[in-house]
Amino acid sequence: MDNGTSPLAFPHRHLLGIEGLSPDEITLLLDRSESYVEQNRQVDKKQSLLRGRTIINLFFENSTRTRTSFELAGKRLGGDVINMSVQASSIKKGETLIDTAMTLTAMHPDVLVVRHPESGAVQLLAEKVDCAVVNAGDGSHEHPTQALLDALTIRSRKGRLQGLVVAICGDILHSRVARSNIALLNTMGARVRVVAPRTLLPAAIDRLGVEVFHEMKAGLAGVDIVMMLRLQTERFHGSFVPSIREYFHFFGLDYEKLAAAKPDALIMHPGPMNRGVEIDTAVADDIDRSAIRQQVEMGVAVRMACLEVLTRNLSNVAPAK
Amino acid sequence: MSARTLFRDARLLDPGSSMDQTGDLLVENGRIAALGGRLSAGSSDETIDCAGACLAPGLIDMRVELREPGAEHQESMQSGGRAAVAGGVTTMVALPNTDPVIDDMALIEFVARRSRDVGLARIRTYAAATKGLKGRELTEFGLLAAAGALAFTDGGQAISDAVVMRRALAYARTFDLLVMQHPEEPSLAAGGAMNEGEVATRLGLSGITPAAEVIMVERDLRLCEITGGRLHIAHLSTAAAIEAIRQAKRRGLPVTCDTAPHYFALNETAVGDYRTFAKVSPPLRSETDRRAVVAGLKDGTIDAVASDHSPHDQDSKRLPFASAASGIVALETLLPLTLELYHNGHLGLLEALAKLTHSPATILRLPEGRLAVGAAADLIVFDLDRPRRIDVDAFRSKSKNSPFDGRPVQGRVLRTIVAGRSVFIHRD
Repeated sequence: MDNGTSPLAFPHRHLLGIEGLSPDEITLLLDRSESYVEQNRQVDKKQSLLRGRTIINLFFENSTRTRTSFELAGKRLGGDVINMSVQASSIKKGETLIDTAMTLTAMHPDVLVVRHPESGAVQLLAEKVDCAVVNAGDGSHEHPTQALLDALTIRSRKGRLQGLVVAICGDILHSRVARSNIALLNTMGARVRVVAPRTLLPAAIDRLGVEVFHEMKAGLAGVDIVMMLRLQTERFHGSFVPSIREYFHFFGLDYEKLAAAKPDALIMHPGPMNRGVEIDTAVADDIDRSAIRQQVEMGVAVRMACLEVLTRNLSNVAPAK
Repeated sequence: MSARTLFRDARLLDPGSSMDQTGDLLVENGRIAALGGRLSAGSSDETIDCAGACLAPGLIDMRVELREPGAEHQESMQSGGRAAVAGGVTTMVALPNTDPVIDDMALIEFVARRSRDVGLARIRTYAAATKGLKGRELTEFGLLAAAGALAFTDGGQAISDAVVMRRALAYARTFDLLVMQHPEEPSLAAGGAMNEGEVATRLGLSGITPAAEVIMVERDLRLCEITGGRLHIAHLSTAAAIEAIRQAKRRGLPVTCDTAPHYFALNETAVGDYRTFAKVSPPLRSETDRRAVVAGLKDGTIDAVASDHSPHDQDSKRLPFASAASGIVALETLLPLTLELYHNGHLGLLEALAKLTHSPATILRLPEGRLAVGAAADLIVFDLDRPRRIDVDAFRSKSKNSPFDGRPVQGRVLRTIVAGRSVFIHRD
C-alpha cells in the first residue's frame, strides 16, 4: 500500500488516549484508516504488513465487539493475534495487572491491546512493558479507537469534522467513549454538547469544553450529529435514574426528540445498544439516519491503522532484547 | 547515658512560652535542669555544641499508623520509631486501626511495652471508639483511658451513625475524654478515589465531593454542642469545614482540629497521571481549599499539624488508582514541610513549631512539647535554613510511598533527644 507516509509522523509509542494527540496526528490516523476501509471491502482482505508480529488482545472486562474488531484488524494485516480474557472477578483485579504485564512481556509481543475496568490501568500497564500498548477502553477514562472510528464515520458521511455540532447524550458520567469523543471533536474543531440528567454528568464537565444541556429537545436543536450512549448500569453504584421508563421518556432518542436536530442529522451509538432504554428501535434501524452499522465497519479499519502506525514506530526504536 | 548534658550555643525555641533566644540548656537525669543564657558547664558529663542551630521541643505527631500489630511488613514500631526520630518526632500517637484493632486494655499495654522495648520515640496510642471499628458499640472508654489511651477514634473511618457519635461524646464527657473524628460522610465518599472536580472528570475517576467533609463536621459540631463532649476533628482538607470550625470556636464549643502537611503543600493536581502516591484520605483538594488550610493555620482555627504517616508496601500502591491504598509515609517529611509555612512567610517560626509541639500536647494533655525546667528532655536540634531535596531512598520507614520525593525543602533534624538520650544524630 501507500508507503509515502513518514514513519515518524506518529511520534507516540502507545495509543493510550485521544488527550494529547494533535490535529495532524488524528488526521493521519483517519487518513490511514480510510485506505483500509476500501481494502476491507475487497474479496481478498489480507495483507502482510504485520507478518511475524504478535498482537495480544488482553481483556480484563467482557467484550465481544471491540475484541473481535481488534482481532480482525490484526489478522487482516497478517499479524498473529492471541486473545486473553482475564476475568476481573476471578482474581483480585489489580493484583494480576503488573504480574500479567510481566508475564506477557517475557513472550515478546509487539502490541498489547488492553481493556480494563479501571481508569488509568492501561497506562499503568504500559509503563511496565516494552511493547506498544493500545488502550481498548480503561474504566471511565478513554476509549481512543472508538472516538477515531466515530470521527471516521462522521467524516465519511459529512465530509468534515470542523464546525459540526455534535450532541453526546446519556450516561456521560461512566462513559470513556464520551471523554475520548469530547477530546477528539474539540481538537478537530467541532462543537460538542452533552445532554443528560444531572445525576449522569461528572463534576465540572463544562471545563472540558462542552455546552451542557439537561433536556433533549434543547440539546438536539440544530445539531449535525446525535451520539447516543449506553446506560452503563453495570458501573452504577446505586440508583442514578429512577426507572428505565422515566429515562426513556425524557432522554431516550425517538423521532419526536430527533425532530429538533437538523433534518440530515446522523445518529450514532457505540454499541451494544439497549433498545427502548436510550434509543428507540425504529430510530436505531433507520437506514437513512442511523450510522450505527457503519461505525462497526469503520472500527476494523481504524484499528488496522492504529496497529500499523504503532508497529511502524517499533521498527524505529531499538530492537527488543 | 550521660546523667548531665549541656547543650551549648543554641537558638532556644519554645512555642509554649514564646521563647526565642540564644543560650544553653542543661539536661539532668532525662529532664531539663536549666535553660537560658550562658550556663556553666560545671560538672556536666557531656557538652554538645549546637553551633547556633535551633533547639526546640521534640515533635509530637498526633496521628500515625505504625502497622504493628498485624502488618509488620509495611512498618513496625521499630522501623516507625527510627523514622520518627530521624524526623524529629519524640512522641507519636498511633491510630487503633491495627490487626487486631486496639479496642482492649491488653493492647494499650502492648503498645506501651513495645514503646519501652524499642526505646526510640515515645509511642502512645488512641483506642478505638467502637468495638472492632465497626461503628456500633462503644469501647470501654474509662478503662482504656486509665490504661493509657489518649483519645477515642475509629481512625481512618468516620463514626458515621449519629446516635453512636452522640453517645461517644456524651460518655466521653463523663470522664473528660476526647473523641477524634475522621471528617467524611461515608455514603458521599463511597467509591470515590480523589477529589471531585475537573481533574477527576478528566481522569475518569469517581470523585469525593468536598461537601462530604463539612457535612460530617457540621453534624458533629451539633452533637458536640448538645453533649458538651470534647471533639477533635482530624486532618481537615476543605475550606467549608475549616470555616465551620472557625465559627464553632467563636461560639465557644470544645472543639480542636488538625491538618496534615499534604493538605497545605499539595493540591489535587499532584494526582497527575494516576500517581497513587498522591492518593490520601481525605483526598487532596482544590487550590482554593489548600489556601484555606493555610489561612486556617494562620488564624489559629487549625490547632495542630500531624503527619498522617500511613506506610504502604509497593503491592498496595502499584495498582490502578481506584484500587490502590490511601496514605503516604510522612514522619520524615513532617518538619521540613511544616517549616515551609515559615519560610513562605505564612507563620512565624514559633507559630509553626507550636503546631507540632505545644499545641498537640495541649490537645492530648501530654506533659511533653515544651522547654521548661523539670520537663522531660525530649528535644530536637535542627538546621532551619540549609536547602536540600527530600530523598525517599534515605527514609528509615519500611515503606517509601511519599509524593514528596525530590521536593526542595529547608530544614533538617541534626539530633533527636528522648528523655535526655540522643536517639538520632544526623551524619552528612
